[in-house]
Amino acid sequence: MVQLWAFAVDMVTLDFGDSLWQRRPAVEVVFERLPNTLLLIAASLAFAILVAIPLGAIAALRPGGFLDRLTMSIGLIGLATPQFFLGLVFIMVFAVQLKWLPTSGFGTAAHLVLPALTLAITPLARFTLMVRSSMIEELNQPYVRTARAKGMGRARILRVHTLRNILVPFMNLSAWELIVALSGYTVVVETVFAWPGLGHTAVQAIQRGDLFLMQAIVFTIAFMTVFITLLIDVASKLIDPRIKLN
Amino acid sequence: MTLTVRDLHVAFETRGGRVNALRGVNLSVAPGETLGIVGESGSGKSVTAQAIMGLIDLPGRIEAGSITWNGKSLLEGDGYGTSVWGREISMIFQDPMTSLNPLMTIGAQICEVLTQHLGMTAEQARERAVDLLAAVGISGPRRRVDQYPHEFSGGMRQRAMIAMSIACNPKVLIADEPTTALDVTVQAQILDLLAELQSGLGLAIILITHDLGTVAGLCQRVAVMYSGRIVESQSVDAIFERPQHPYTQGLLRSTPRLDEPATRLLSIEGTPPSLMQADDGCAFRKRCPIAADACKEMPPLVTEGAVQIACHFPGRPAWQARQAG
Repeated sequence: MVQLWAFAVDMVTLDFGDSLWQRRPAVEVVFERLPNTLLLIAASLAFAILVAIPLGAIAALRPGGFLDRLTMSIGLIGLATPQFFLGLVFIMVFAVQLKWLPTSGFGTAAHLVLPALTLAITPLARFTLMVRSSMIEELNQPYVRTARAKGMGRARILRVHTLRNILVPFMNLSAWELIVALSGYTVVVETVFAWPGLGHTAVQAIQRGDLFLMQAIVFTIAFMTVFITLLIDVASKLIDPRIKLN
Repeated sequence: MTLTVRDLHVAFETRGGRVNALRGVNLSVAPGETLGIVGESGSGKSVTAQAIMGLIDLPGRIEAGSITWNGKSLLEGDGYGTSVWGREISMIFQDPMTSLNPLMTIGAQICEVLTQHLGMTAEQARERAVDLLAAVGISGPRRRVDQYPHEFSGGMRQRAMIAMSIACNPKVLIADEPTTALDVTVQAQILDLLAELQSGLGLAIILITHDLGTVAGLCQRVAVMYSGRIVESQSVDAIFERPQHPYTQGLLRSTPRLDEPATRLLSIEGTPPSLMQADDGCAFRKRCPIAADACKEMPPLVTEGAVQIACHFPGRPAWQARQAG
């Protein structure tokens, strides 16, 4: 009981003890690496969302049409490609051959492009397929017919009417992708591009048997997961007034 | 200011084959007129309305014919349609439960029409939306304007739909079974509202229904559709008095009456023909008691004064006078 109380107090005060490997407070290591990972995830998910919504919407306008098939095919390839392979291909093409961007490392905006792009491909494909299928479903709803009978153009119907209706499921999927990325999914990309992020650190902590650092990382991610879920619930309620919060 | 539909053919390509939903529909509506379109399910009433509003989507296709508003075609896809739909010709739908966007406030959905077609600012549009809600009999419009469809009852939603459709003072309002999804007392209120708007705004109304009673109450002229064509069109009094086409006669004959103690309900024998087969003859001939060899040829829609009829034997009684029992 006393131990549990001490443990809880340590948690709340973010005192996880010293990292065995780095010989400094574990929480310090986490806070040093976390922003790097967040930056990487934010850039890649933002890119994925911004591209997926118009792409999925355009594909949904003519299901079975040329653009739809093209988007679907590329989407499926994107889902099926392993990240480490994609990362290496990007390095080969853009860094080694074309010399546009640095191969790896951290520091400038140019360093961010390739890892973020690599990390974005899977969520991008998943988002696009999801936006497409929900848009097709929504476009067949009677309220879309009403909007058309009101003389609204296609662009406006997609942007105003149907987008709002797919936003709640889309946000849930995005939150899920965010949580997946946070909970260590970034490790492959971080390793390939030598990105000093949390995923990479977590793997090293496990390898070195650094229990205290590991505990700090898991606690941080767990806390953020809960926080994100809560945030999404509140945002869903704002978008769809029919949702009841308990 | 007339809406004219000429020889309209609409077909749907389905996996089972081609469905010829409309096979030459002709109609026109003048300002202030109320036209009722009646017919059974699948006769093409709703497809006609959807074609006028540009709502025919693949696999459906307008194969032939024209739809013109003020002499200009609505089918060209040059943007003329979107400037007319919702502004000069508007439509209300059968199911007010699903025909409103569940995630937009009633006000936003009305304002959208006003800003798009009349170029109003957000404040102007909002004021007008409040007025419109009041005009269609919604109490507390200032509070109601910011509510969502799920906070409205069925009748209220249909009122909101009507408010939306009359927002730009349209010339023609198409009502596709506007009362089917509502309960009877609310039905009467909505029909009263439509009649009121019609006389107040000089609106032409196309009322699509399968309820002859609704037609008798609201319409001046009736078009009867059967199997993708208009078979008879004349004034509402005349059609109840002297139905010319055998189908119309059968339809009226099968309407239960309160003043006669009928022990069983009468119906028209048989079923409507499949819309899949191309048929050159009169579509009703297989069910028609007075069909003859001449009916293997399609009767043209003949106009005589205010009466239009597509039958080789117009006016001939197809059934014996109604017998008791």
